[in-house]
Amino acid sequence: MKLSSRHLLGIDGMTAEEIALILDTAEGFVQISEREIKKVPTLRGKTVVNFFVEPSTRTRSSFELAEKRLSADALNFSANTSSFSKGESLLDTAKNLEAMSPDFIIIRHSEPGSPHFLARHIDAAIVNAGDGAHEHPTQALLDAFTIRKHKGRLDGLRVAIVGDINHSRVVRSNVLLLTLMGADVVVSGPPTLLPREFDAMGCRMTWKVEEALEGADVVMALRVQHERMNAGYFPTTREYALQFGINSTRLKLAKDDAIVMHPGPMNRGVELSGDLADGNRSVILEQVANGVAVRMAVLYLLAGEPARETTA
Amino acid sequence: MSPPEKSIRVMDADYITRTLSRIAYEILEKNRTLDDLALVGIRSRGVPLARRLAEKLKEITGSEPPVGELDINLYRDDLSRIAYHPVLKTTEIPFEIDDKTVVLVDDVLFTGRTIRSALNAIMDLGRPSWVQLGVLVDRGHRELPVRADYIGKNVATSKTQDVIVRLTEIDDADEVVITDPPEVAS
Repeated sequence: MKLSSRHLLGIDGMTAEEIALILDTAEGFVQISEREIKKVPTLRGKTVVNFFVEPSTRTRSSFELAEKRLSADALNFSANTSSFSKGESLLDTAKNLEAMSPDFIIIRHSEPGSPHFLARHIDAAIVNAGDGAHEHPTQALLDAFTIRKHKGRLDGLRVAIVGDINHSRVVRSNVLLLTLMGADVVVSGPPTLLPREFDAMGCRMTWKVEEALEGADVVMALRVQHERMNAGYFPTTREYALQFGINSTRLKLAKDDAIVMHPGPMNRGVELSGDLADGNRSVILEQVANGVAVRMAVLYLLAGEPARETTA
Repeated sequence: MSPPEKSIRVMDADYITRTLSRIAYEILEKNRTLDDLALVGIRSRGVPLARRLAEKLKEITGSEPPVGELDINLYRDDLSRIAYHPVLKTTEIPFEIDDKTVVLVDDVLFTGRTIRSALNAIMDLGRPSWVQLGVLVDRGHRELPVRADYIGKNVATSKTQDVIVRLTEIDDADEVVITDPPEVAS
């Protein structure tokens, strides 16, 4: 069993078996982060470029840690320090990166499809670390991994995803992955932030957050992405919190053993109340820890793909 | 189903059982006591062998040494050369190995590269005071300076032959078989 692609561009196009393979492999990596020597020599001599054209702390540090724990050489290349801010095109920058012959390029970019573009032009394995509002596959994988750890399965679970659905790449990858693995997913948020296209993705939609939470095994709150909002999607954050925020009263609608998730960064008290975020049903910090193991698994599996043709 | 033509069975179930009994006594002879001794099986077939040895030791002494399971895939030296990476299993060593005597257990000792990987993996988990190696079959052709402390059976093989160990915990029989490579039409 192996992955059919040498890139991880999105959940779209992956099979349930491939996702299960990544999650199973990640199990073996969890313990490495728990022991005294948190390093294995697996990717020794491999070079990974972390090409982050959009700000990111969590995802970038998680990838960096995963690379370092696998003994790969990591090179960080971010928007404000690169010639990107001097007007170089994505292709030119990428070609320059390629000249340093990396084995992997981890890309975060505000343009949807930029990882796919790189994959067509560059001879390195590309991992999508978030492209605009399109996909964020490793986040969906680590979310699924965290859910599976707590619930033992994904199949047949009720998952409620509440918040800014429109600007979220996390939700797209999550809906694709969770429905593929047999979960029953409901997305909810204000009508202005809930695009119709989700109907076609195999999940249910509702504007009533109570309806989404009813009987849920997993409750995932999504960040209100103020930086992407140039129009009035809702009157005030206070009103948003009242109408759509997840709080302990609303959580009572979910199952008693429901877990609370958030991909971060969190607007405390807006999409998720502080007491829930810090409460014993919150698995938010576990998500972060699991992120490293899942990204190690992805790099490990991609590194095992057939060697590339080298041009003389 | 009859075995392929050119295959010789060098150990059967009985032989394996008697061999493991002997190795258990050898472990006691060398270490005198089971205090601070642990067995670590290398996945896959080293694990059931380590468990069987632990049971034998329990029969003899009344106390059973702890058994761990080691996956060495992350420490292999050929990861960049093989077509795809093997599925990773978990390493489960639920005890401290610091200052312990660790007996690594594997089915076949061949090039010694697996043992090199296992030694690195063990060292990343702690600092055992002594590491010993027990194998069911030593087939020769070492590529690294590795030798076993406990050997079930020395088997002379050619490099192209396969030594297949089957154990009932994983397979449908207890046996060791040597097979010749399929004849290539000349």
